[in-house]
Amino acid sequence: MTTNGFLQIVLFLGTLLLLAKPMGWYMSKIYEGDIPGFVRWFVPVEKGLYRLCGIESGQEMGWVRYAIALLWFSLLGMVAVYALQRLQGFLPFNPQHFGAVSPDSSFNTAVSFMTNTNWQAYSGESTMSYLTQMSGLTVQNFLSAASGMAVAVALIRGFARHSVKTVGNFWVDMTRSVLYILLPLSILFACVLVSQGVVQNFAANKIIHTVESQVYDNPKMDAAGNPVKDAAGNPVTEKATTQAQTIPFGPVASQEAIKMIGTNGGGFFNANSAHPYENPTPLTNFLQMIMMFLIPAGLCYTFGKMIGDTRQGWAILTAMTLVFVAMLAVTETSEQAGNPAFAALGIDQAASSTQAGGNMEGKETRFGIVNSALFATITTSASCGAVNSMHDSFMPLGGMVPLSLIQLGEVVFGGVGSGLYGMLIYAIIAIFIAGLMIGRTPEYIGKKIESFDIKMASLVILIPPLLILCGTAVAVMAEAGKAGVGNPGAHGFSEILYAFSSAAGNNGSAFAGLSANTPFYNIALGVAMFFGRIWLMVPVLALAGSLAAKKRIPSGAGTLATHTPIFVMLLIGTVFLVGALNFVPALGLGPVVEQLAMVGAH
Amino acid sequence: MLKEFRPAVMSFVVLTVITGIVYPFVMTGFSQIFMSNTANGSLVVKDGKAVGSRLIGQAFSDPKYFWGRPSATSPMPYNGLASGGSNLGPTNPALIDEVKARLQALRDADPDNHAPVPVELVTASGSGLDPEISPAAAQYQVSRVAHARGLEVAAVNRLIAQHTEPRQFGILGEPRVNVLALNLALDTLH
Repeated sequence: MTTNGFLQIVLFLGTLLLLAKPMGWYMSKIYEGDIPGFVRWFVPVEKGLYRLCGIESGQEMGWVRYAIALLWFSLLGMVAVYALQRLQGFLPFNPQHFGAVSPDSSFNTAVSFMTNTNWQAYSGESTMSYLTQMSGLTVQNFLSAASGMAVAVALIRGFARHSVKTVGNFWVDMTRSVLYILLPLSILFACVLVSQGVVQNFAANKIIHTVESQVYDNPKMDAAGNPVKDAAGNPVTEKATTQAQTIPFGPVASQEAIKMIGTNGGGFFNANSAHPYENPTPLTNFLQMIMMFLIPAGLCYTFGKMIGDTRQGWAILTAMTLVFVAMLAVTETSEQAGNPAFAALGIDQAASSTQAGGNMEGKETRFGIVNSALFATITTSASCGAVNSMHDSFMPLGGMVPLSLIQLGEVVFGGVGSGLYGMLIYAIIAIFIAGLMIGRTPEYIGKKIESFDIKMASLVILIPPLLILCGTAVAVMAEAGKAGVGNPGAHGFSEILYAFSSAAGNNGSAFAGLSANTPFYNIALGVAMFFGRIWLMVPVLALAGSLAAKKRIPSGAGTLATHTPIFVMLLIGTVFLVGALNFVPALGLGPVVEQLAMVGAH
Repeated sequence: MLKEFRPAVMSFVVLTVITGIVYPFVMTGFSQIFMSNTANGSLVVKDGKAVGSRLIGQAFSDPKYFWGRPSATSPMPYNGLASGGSNLGPTNPALIDEVKARLQALRDADPDNHAPVPVELVTASGSGLDPEISPAAAQYQVSRVAHARGLEVAAVNRLIAQHTEPRQFGILGEPRVNVLALNLALDTLH
């Protein structure tokens, strides 16, 4: 790697780790209801909101009631996004006059945004009205993130409290997440984004006259607007000339800000954060990367603070950072090495002071290799799924890292809320395994881990692999599944595997060569996203309830310390063994075979 | 079960108004007042007419202009309504064929240039709208552009140097040259 590349990565990690503590401290204050002075002017808004909505903010909930509130709230969000897409043709703020989105695509997108996945089978600039984007999709970016944070806080309370039946109030946790954390950060970040060139307006797309006219092959359409095909089934084209270019507009910055802060990842445009109007400069790219990790990293400190032992939070954060750095090294090296097939053609792929070099297919000049590989590793460590380069065109091993990070369960920083509760589940499994080895009842943070807790933790660990592997198996057998594949051979298999991993893991990034906007994929992936979110949150809340009800046991001579380097290594080992072993055969059929074939051919 | 339904509906409606209407409108109003140029697409105006955006690349294929990154958008390259990359995998024969064709087009336009071709000039960008190329990719095209316009190589090199943007704050991103700005400047040299 180049010296500058190394410096950019150090700068990123350094900034992130510096911000983790203040961010975590701030969030712990918010969730404990001790609102810091500089945001206290939001309190009347919060109180008014509770009165208006009939929320008794002082009333605590048991885990079942907390879960019911969460489910109602999620269901409403899903219905609203579905309805907005189906009705957008009759609603205002639709200057491009887009009609209703198809039912299967609307269902997929509604589930996708409710579950914080933000998988996008549609292409934003040619499908969604401005109203759908801002009042449907942007809203879910806030609310699904806030729901994830609420569940994480409930689990933290499970550890922090003892001998009680309640884990907090969902409405209060969710509302505070939006009002005090997500919204202020989004406002600040959106301003920076606009200053750098992200568009923010309600104007219709602008057609401009380009400098040079261009000749292109235009697909021929019949009277009904369907493409004409020749005898061999290939589309018929005719030469056309144009000097017009459509510049796409819309309220982009406001959506872009929360898209990163809430680890949502659903872009306003099809190209997502590779689009110059979403991510125009290296500065916006740097800040987008920070924003993806800011809340997940901060929540580790929040956890430590709220349970009264910050060392526990730092141990979790250390484990996350170590896995992240190891995975990042693989992506960076693989992408910088470039494509061996190009070397023979007399193409210069070497990094120098005047070019980034490496595998630039699907990457933007301003980001080069370093920031593309870094962004890809971050977005799949977090459950974000925004992309600033096309993962499908990564080298086989470079593309395997994002895929594996999703399959580990996105616990390396992870999504807002979901990352922390995922990693805490792994910590419970790790302590359980350690307990078995030395023949003692496992304890974590003063709580005895018993049969019910391990059952819930196991559900969280086992449901995603089930969805991913079964979904992939069905898709590679079904004609409708194979029809979508965009690349031949092992890479085509990777595309399907990636799609189901991304959906069940609520990530949202893609090997986008897969044509996923078909009824088969819209429904199959929609189902995977739904269960990959809801079926994990409910067991996590059950665990929170169970932990809160337990007595606290003082640590004794036989207690395993869970803030030491040994525990960090044990936790990392558990993540890799439990998380990755399920997928080794599948990875072997996809990226590994492709890598071996590529090396063999050159 | 139903006890939480009313708070769910009400808080959903109120938070939709706050985050889905008030927030985007306030941001738009603020941006339009204080940052209207960037909020409206950073358009490049020539003789009173918008000829493009500083941030959205355009297709160039005339030898007298610098060419940008290949674009995989359809049906035409640099289609602002269909952003995206090729999504061709690294071992896909279709990718190798496309790269060979781009290589051939570059060689045909400048037969005397035997320098290795910078990788960015033969690989499609992620957005299909990449407005920039690396300084190396610009260097490679100097002889062709200078020859086609009857300019001195040194004059074209000077123009590239003027339009080369270094890493942001000296560290972030990659050095780059805005293709549209460079080509517009070339046209004024005559």
